[in-house]
Amino acid sequence: MTLLDVKGLTKSFGGLTAVSDVSLHLDDNELVALIGPNGAGKTTLFNLLTGVIVPTEGTVTLQADSGLEVLNKKKPYTIAQAGLARTFQNIRLFKGLSVEDNVLIAMTSKNKEGFFESIFRLPSFYKKEDELHQQVLDLLKIFDMQDDADKLAKNLPYGAQRRLEIVRALATKPKILFLDEPAAGMNPEETADLTRLIRQIQEEFHITILLIEHDMSLVMNVAERIYVLEYGQLIAEGTPEEVQKDPKVIKAYLGGEA
Amino acid sequence: MKKNLKYNLTWLAIMVVGYILIDVLELVGVIDQFAETTLVLIGINIILATGLNLIIGFSGQFSLGHAGFMAIGAYTSALITQAIPNGGGMVLGLIAGMALSALVALIVGIPTLRLNGDYLAIATMGVAEIIRIIMNNLKITNGPAGLYNIPQLANWSVVYLFVCLTTILIVNFIHSRDGRAVMSVREDEIAAESMGVNITKWKVIAFVLGAATAAIGGALHASYIQTIAPNDFGIMESINILIIVVMGGIGSITGTYVAAIVLGLLDMVLQNFGTLRMVLYSLALILIMVFKPSGLLGTWEFSVRRIFTKLKAKGDA
Repeated sequence: MTLLDVKGLTKSFGGLTAVSDVSLHLDDNELVALIGPNGAGKTTLFNLLTGVIVPTEGTVTLQADSGLEVLNKKKPYTIAQAGLARTFQNIRLFKGLSVEDNVLIAMTSKNKEGFFESIFRLPSFYKKEDELHQQVLDLLKIFDMQDDADKLAKNLPYGAQRRLEIVRALATKPKILFLDEPAAGMNPEETADLTRLIRQIQEEFHITILLIEHDMSLVMNVAERIYVLEYGQLIAEGTPEEVQKDPKVIKAYLGGEA
Repeated sequence: MKKNLKYNLTWLAIMVVGYILIDVLELVGVIDQFAETTLVLIGINIILATGLNLIIGFSGQFSLGHAGFMAIGAYTSALITQAIPNGGGMVLGLIAGMALSALVALIVGIPTLRLNGDYLAIATMGVAEIIRIIMNNLKITNGPAGLYNIPQLANWSVVYLFVCLTTILIVNFIHSRDGRAVMSVREDEIAAESMGVNITKWKVIAFVLGAATAAIGGALHASYIQTIAPNDFGIMESINILIIVVMGGIGSITGTYVAAIVLGLLDMVLQNFGTLRMVLYSLALILIMVFKPSGLLGTWEFSVRRIFTKLKAKGDA
């Protein structure tokens, strides 16, 4: 079943077309990778899908529980509430807040604590807070971070910060998780851990994952399907084996005549 | 559940003991009329500065217009208590002042909170100035002469009660879903939006709540001092409140308390130095900022929960 359907997505910045006529689809519970040389428009495409920038042309439709939902031209927070969560290439945690608060904030839209309920500290407030606290701990436990709950996000080591970004995105209970270069700055050992982690996420949460990555060992290991982007255009699509053999992809990465 | 009751009862006990302490000091004559005035002004400054700290320290929006919202509260409640000079009028004046101030904050907040940093500071300063000029020109507010003979319905006990109430309001707001959403806006707007947080909404809510508490401060000021004029609510008043927030530590309510008390007492002690007073006061500010640029307490907060946890750890050891 197609979960996210993207048709003719285009974004021009003045004369420069960063993403040009991209059509792709993401199916239920699928792990798809988006690769391409530097400056190919991968992150721009992510920003278009998550609403950070508004597309010039094209449509993005999500198969929501209530039927088809058109996502383009919606605000990032409505898109997030519809079930698209993301991490960032350059980590964007709430640095001055605790690990627990980072995860709790991601639950804001699903958390129905009322204003007067919290101001007057009604018994139902404490009940909801306790439930949330437990949910956060359960989630952190999956990623082996339950002992870090009270630490400030900025004091975590780099690898843990990357993991926390993923935990935070999962806390929004997404249908689709977008990972923007999760292995950036990691050594091979950490990348191997991350590969396991991504597989584990998909098994436990049954969600669709779209991954941007430069690390080919990671991509070829986990991705079921790969899209290749160059100069803002999709040049290839297929399984890791197909893409590796595609002459256009080889040309894009290695240059020369194919 | 039981634990939370224990923490809350401890806070209640602290508030009651504080009240009794001031009452006893007044009875034995340590606090005279002059000291009481200082105490009330400190209390009003705490109310104003905690509200501004919510806007600046927790939602991260730099507002320089707090005195404008204070003015709305002061004038509204003064006019109402002049018509109904009793406790009921005071309550009505407070509610009307808060409502009007919140309404104005909502109307100016929606367009201006799209601005950032310096631009927002200048826009909010402009709003406060517009409010002051309106008060200066309306007939009902008696123009530049202002209002006088406002019934004195607020004594130190009333101010003390409202210091407690506004602090509870703001602290409970911060430590809830709403407060966390507000802080996520301060930390990283792009990340917050990607997590489903409607950043404009939460900025406006923090701004409106801060403006409503400023109106409480204004209403108590008008009632205690009994005369108000538009010039009481100029840019200098906004800056005085800002100084308390910055000095105490942006993002620390405990710091706001400490700074308001330190500055209030400093001001009282320096009365004896005549014209040198403002020089010494400014010098103290410079010294604090040089040696403690993050404010007296940084982002540290006094926490009953932490004390209990520490005591328990000691007991177990």
